[in-house]
Amino acid sequence: MSTVADFLDASVRSATPLLLAALGETVSERSGVINVGLEGTIIVGCLAGLATATIVGPTAALAAAAVAGLIFAIIFAIIAIWIGADQIIAGTAITMLGLGLTGTLYRVLYGDAGAALSSPTLAPIGIPMLQDVPLVGRALFRQPLPTYLAVALVPSVWWWLNRTHSGLAMRATGENPAAARSSGISPRRVQTIASLFGGLCGGLAGGTLVLAQVGTFAEGMSAGRGFIAIAIVALGRWSPLGAAMAALFFGMASALQFLFQALDLKLPYQIFLAFPYLLTLVALAFAKGRYRAPAALGARVHAGDIS
Amino acid sequence: MQTVARLLRMLLEPILAISLSLIAVTLLLAVSGYSVTAALSALWHGAFGSWSVIASGTLVRATPLLFAGLAVAVAFRAGILNIGAEGQLLAGAAAATAVSVTISPAFGIAGTCLALLAGIAAGGMWAGIAAVLRQQFGVLEVISTIMLNVIMLHLTGLLVRGPLQESTATFPQSALIDEALRLPRIFPGTRLHAGVVLGFLSAAILAWFLRSTAGGFRLRMTGANPRAAASAGGIDVARVATSAFIVSGAIAGLGGAVEVTGVTYALYENLSPGYGYTAIAVALLARLNPVAAIGSAVVFGALEAGAAAMQRDAQVPAGMVSVAEACVILVLLATEWIGARAGGWSTLFRGGTPPTKNPGDLPATGDLA
Repeated sequence: MSTVADFLDASVRSATPLLLAALGETVSERSGVINVGLEGTIIVGCLAGLATATIVGPTAALAAAAVAGLIFAIIFAIIAIWIGADQIIAGTAITMLGLGLTGTLYRVLYGDAGAALSSPTLAPIGIPMLQDVPLVGRALFRQPLPTYLAVALVPSVWWWLNRTHSGLAMRATGENPAAARSSGISPRRVQTIASLFGGLCGGLAGGTLVLAQVGTFAEGMSAGRGFIAIAIVALGRWSPLGAAMAALFFGMASALQFLFQALDLKLPYQIFLAFPYLLTLVALAFAKGRYRAPAALGARVHAGDIS
Repeated sequence: MQTVARLLRMLLEPILAISLSLIAVTLLLAVSGYSVTAALSALWHGAFGSWSVIASGTLVRATPLLFAGLAVAVAFRAGILNIGAEGQLLAGAAAATAVSVTISPAFGIAGTCLALLAGIAAGGMWAGIAAVLRQQFGVLEVISTIMLNVIMLHLTGLLVRGPLQESTATFPQSALIDEALRLPRIFPGTRLHAGVVLGFLSAAILAWFLRSTAGGFRLRMTGANPRAAASAGGIDVARVATSAFIVSGAIAGLGGAVEVTGVTYALYENLSPGYGYTAIAVALLARLNPVAAIGSAVVFGALEAGAAAMQRDAQVPAGMVSVAEACVILVLLATEWIGARAGGWSTLFRGGTPPTKNPGDLPATGDLA
């Protein structure tokens, strides 16, 4: 009984940073920009969160993590959108830069023995009554701030993309930048805004990882979450609600290993870790019509446009 | 005279990129309070200090980077953004290990060849999945290769804890490959193995193929401008792209097979410290030219070997190397832009998107060789 509640709680916790990063990436990809640098953005958020938490407390540190992600998104936007270089290559460089820079700075700031360093963490906020509901109470109604933030962002991002003018401009740019441009939209500006939002969310995801979960920093602690987020966007079919469901699914897959440990099961959990990716590939292969990737995703819209 | 000018122009960008990256790393070192001279001296000695360091450090580390770099280069030349070299390399390593620990050591060098062939096949098949998804189902290869990288990483974790685990079943790694089935060492007293020769050979064959064969021409045309290649050239663009994708994976797979039979002698999860991603920097620095990839792989191999020394002797975090690699890529992307502004002498590859996408606004130049 409590094992199941633990499992659900762990699933939601694991899903939170994934969902935050995936929502940002959803917006970015709908405007036609795929940011493979998300992994680097997340880990920069991790370090920024840790470095500031001891000084300003965990809540303000969450904001600092978001700003760090934003700064990395600015670098990406300059190279991939303003210079018009290939998004994938620029993103790969951003990931390398993030992983290398955080590894270096962490040792510079805290020395080689920094592994024991811990930061203050965000306490779970319980919603009275609801948190006592059996099984799902703790998973849904007793979570730290970022989880509620992520849940609130789902309808907000949906509204932004589907019910506002700037959301329409983004979707138009993601489908056909040339047509968007001829109807008076500036693809470059739209994609910049979308990428910056993606960076903000990526940094927030990194901050969440440190401040609401791990409580410390380790080199490479983002552990592929940036790539998982890209998978989640695809599995969620480029919609915020889809991303929420896909993030929960990936969260459950990674929470299974804790469940197995708790139940002392000797199952090879790698199968369960790999399974969501496999499902994403299958889902992508059979996606049709409006569930497909934005038509101009990853296209070099600004190549040659050097004015 | 003209060739000298052309050569200089070709070398200008890479040298600029390396210099600017070194400056960036130096600045970072200085700001972080490390002794810049001690760090750079440790880097240099760790990479080029002696023949044994060059052979055992730089060249050994350059070898998987060369294979993965060639894999990336051939895919990019065909307009395919294969960022799955990491997974394809692991696939090759896993298959080669499976063969090596199964067959009798009596096979000797024939057994080694068998293992390498298994690596080639596995890498090609792993890339083939992404190639089929791209061609038949229109799945962006960028997304699918990322997925396949992670799946292969977990699959390797599974293999070294299950079917391929060493006989005492304590460590998550495979049994050691028998000495008779390892790639021979080619210089006494160093760790340099025959794999480096295979790497140079692959680069030479690939360069010849791209430059002097009809298939190479079709591949370059497909990458440069798929629409023109299909309509004016009568090229079966889909077939060329799929083949190039599979060949790219096969080369990365060979790299993985060479790594287990020549260096690690066993399979384990963290076999590749991101070779497949560094390979993108290797390929770009070489401007997607296979022969130049040898030089660029040596540069990055030296950086990685030197970084290990820098961490050991000057206590400088090895993560600094990733920063340098990232700077190389970013500077190259930026100089491409500056080059384009200055009159378009530097057009790296403009056709880096699938053939169905916005073909109209991607100016392309074919001649990169």
